Amino acid sequence: MGGMAAPQVAPVETPDTDEVPASDRQWVTIVWDDPVNLMTYVTWVFQKLFGYSRERAEQLMLDVHHKGRAVVSTGARERMEHDASQLHAYGLWATVDRS
Amino acid sequence: MSMFHRQAGHYVAVFAVDEVRVLRKVASEVVGLLTDGFDHTDPVVGRLFPAVYPQDAPGTAEFRRYTEGDLKTAKIDQAGAILAALPDEAGGEVRLDAEAAEAWLRALNDARLAMGVRLEIKDGTDLGEELDDAVAEDPGSSRVFQLSVYAYLGYLQESLLNALID
Repeated sequence: MGGMAAPQVAPVETPDTDEVPASDRQWVTIVWDDPVNLMTYVTWVFQKLFGYSRERAEQLMLDVHHKGRAVVSTGARERMEHDASQLHAYGLWATVDRS
Repeated sequence: MSMFHRQAGHYVAVFAVDEVRVLRKVASEVVGLLTDGFDHTDPVVGRLFPAVYPQDAPGTAEFRRYTEGDLKTAKIDQAGAILAALPDEAGGEVRLDAEAAEAWLRALNDARLAMGVRLEIKDGTDLGEELDDAVAEDPGSSRVFQLSVYAYLGYLQESLLNALID
């Protein structure tokens, strides 16, 4: 995938994962840094879409900005795909991955 | 340059005729991009409709099958919200309710994303420097115009956002 950074989500230590049906396993929505979106706008989108407090939304925005990406929501795959498509409507660069 | 301010539950700005023309142009260009010859290999389309599973093309295609129509419609509608609120020919007042203001924010963002890809804006790009360089090369160039419009849209988006958050 060209120069695009690949999502590298560290596997979480969950010894009982095998007992959980694949469909119930946790997925994550990841937002990636991009050079265009305004920091204030990204913070506003996180508050708007996820109902996060100003502080939490700002911290996530700063994670995206400084670390290049941040997990913004966690849950079932369908839910994460919904979140990603909402984020795309706001112009954020969002992907979905296994947690 | 115009700034939005809040007035009795609305978001109001007065635009000069040149601003109206520029906004009409960029909003129409976004609509054009999403309707005529919509093409995933266009990097602008790639940025507005990112691959949800970067390592999984079939998964991304499946996701697009279910979501892309709605997303495209939403983006066309939000660009349409800009066109609908602009004064006809001359400059004049734009008055947005909360819903229209949010549509404008998303549409201004889409337009900036599209221009950002074309202008190759990177992390750490200093717009002022880019503009100075472009002016030094050719003050009448399309790049000078595009960079100015890109900067203007960012300024306008920030002013609307500030009015909304205040």
